[in-house]
Amino acid sequence: MKFKKLAINNPEDLYFGTAPNPVKTPRGLIIGGGNIYPELNFTLPAMSIDKNDYSAVIKQYREIVTDALKHAVHLYSDGVVLELETLIEMTQIPQMGIDIVKTMNEICEENFIKHGLKSEIRLTPNDLREFERPPKQRTSKYLEPMMELFEKGALAGGNLLSIESTGGKEISDDALMMCDIKQFIFSQAVLGARDMNMLWEKIVAIANKTGTIAGGDTACGFGNTAMVLAEKKYIPKVFAAMARIATVVRTLVAVEQGAKGPDKDCGYEGPFLKAISGIPISMEGKSSACAHFSPLGNVAAACADLWSNESVQNIKLLAGMAPTVSMEQLQYDTRLMNQAVKGGKQEILQLQKLFVNSDIYFDPQAFILSPKSVIEISKEIVAGENYIDATKRGCLKGLSLIEDAFKDGTLLQDEKEDSWIEMLKDDIGSISVNESDFVESVLPTIDQSKVILSEYGL
Amino acid sequence: MSELLEKIGLCIEFGKINNASVYPPNMRGEDGADELTKRAIEEGVNPGDVLNKALIPGMDRVGQKFSENKIFVPQMLMAAKAMSAAMKHIQPFFQSGAVKQKGTFIIGTVAGDLHDIGKNLVAMMIEGSGWEVIDLGVDVNSNQFMEALKENPGSAIGLSALLTTTMVNMEKIVADINAFSSDSKILIGGAPVNTDFCEKIGADFYSPDPQGAVAYLNSLT
Repeated sequence: MKFKKLAINNPEDLYFGTAPNPVKTPRGLIIGGGNIYPELNFTLPAMSIDKNDYSAVIKQYREIVTDALKHAVHLYSDGVVLELETLIEMTQIPQMGIDIVKTMNEICEENFIKHGLKSEIRLTPNDLREFERPPKQRTSKYLEPMMELFEKGALAGGNLLSIESTGGKEISDDALMMCDIKQFIFSQAVLGARDMNMLWEKIVAIANKTGTIAGGDTACGFGNTAMVLAEKKYIPKVFAAMARIATVVRTLVAVEQGAKGPDKDCGYEGPFLKAISGIPISMEGKSSACAHFSPLGNVAAACADLWSNESVQNIKLLAGMAPTVSMEQLQYDTRLMNQAVKGGKQEILQLQKLFVNSDIYFDPQAFILSPKSVIEISKEIVAGENYIDATKRGCLKGLSLIEDAFKDGTLLQDEKEDSWIEMLKDDIGSISVNESDFVESVLPTIDQSKVILSEYGL
Repeated sequence: MSELLEKIGLCIEFGKINNASVYPPNMRGEDGADELTKRAIEEGVNPGDVLNKALIPGMDRVGQKFSENKIFVPQMLMAAKAMSAAMKHIQPFFQSGAVKQKGTFIIGTVAGDLHDIGKNLVAMMIEGSGWEVIDLGVDVNSNQFMEALKENPGSAIGLSALLTTTMVNMEKIVADINAFSSDSKILIGGAPVNTDFCEKIGADFYSPDPQGAVAYLNSLT
């Protein structure tokens, strides 16, 4: 663990719009520098992608960005981040992804010149390695096109580099379905952290070489899978809250390797990263209901520096095309927050209090994202001697806070979940913080045919 | 004898796999579905009775509790594991024809799509309800589905997709399967699809959740 102390020590210093280490982009956005900006994400409607002639794909992206930025200008936007999270074909054939970035960047530049609209592209190649089962995290043939897209896409205008990496997912999916927290922590603090170290060393090197910004990762495939399963009542909410905390350390590894932020939108572990490392973060809440439901609609905004819609299909709604509708929603959300920023810290904290208090009673996943919880849990994480210890400490602290909140009535209790607290406490408490011992204890409990340990350097 | 069948049913319902399993805590140290089913067969209980009077009713109760949000998926899956432990003692009687399974279900995530957690949930729950499940994994194309169908004629088929851009692949696979074997029942699921899409592409059933898929398949038997 590189981080031994917090960048933000007090809950009242952890709020939206401002990060200790803001990031300045080429077109002049200062993310974490006071203002909060929308981050718009979008995807194609139901259509096939012709690998030989992807002009129809380019046309879609051109229309999306043109329309969305036009509306941003209309709404007097201060600035926008546009995320291109590639679909499989766009990474398999890097030139397709690169051409989309180029197209988007031309429209961004045009709006910058004509209207002074500051916008940047976050380029997020999808992690192709999970195509292979078991995945070959280090030797996969898919790493090459991923890295080519990162590098050439960065040169084409993708100034913020991110990824939703998948190290450990071959174990975490089963762990989530069986609610096995030891296996889940193994997937994050051992496999995930090891993969993140390997991957982010490469991404940061590309950012340095191309003069772009290494943004950050997200544990979407882990923490958000848990969240969605809990929303469907498939797993206990308290387990999903523990899963969220267990993702913090693996995503933090990107920052250890040199990522500067903004961390990626669907990483709800972002507030912990901001508290620990001081990087700015992107978050998503109620305005991402177009992509998925969550119990975090308002609290997610508490310390966001970018505010995202996660993803929306390019389909027609009554008002207009869905990405442009999202643009408007995000613009008004951020306008409100920026109005509080203009009023000074007390107004920021007042609005933040409303965001936080309107959600945290209803769900432990929301409860642990209040600035107060984030700081307390983060203090435990940085006290950890290694990734496993940090994860274990963070989870136990989170569990203790949740238990106390259940007792004093500040968190709505669901009796169906009661027995899970004790089980989780026992399981997490019994984890050895020595990596070899932990690995030895977990291996007999997992389907070892699903994972190649040497691909993680084990 | 009925007491033994009742006990086996309870082991299924509460996910007690075998004597060594620690779950559920209130049944620790007791024999589980594995030992009790073995004993029942050794004592001459009709394997069909074990299946139809203990195992399937136990799973039905689990399914009911899950549908009513009284238990979580891991509890359902422990029950499915207990069912599997019991089934290994019944399996030899399938070949002799003494016991019949409900049918065979082939499942996969369609070509170009790697999402499999939802597909896995459906597979496990359907297996737990007494079907033989052939899981083809992710990124599965028409040929792979049809090869499996050739080897298992009359099977029902489940297709999963999470991406808007793989819905078109789902449509193609459904068309290919229908052309190959028009009497095969095809179920679809996944975030971007719905009943309208199901009807449009010629599939037979859309379910937003695993329980719906189980109920539909069971209605075919």
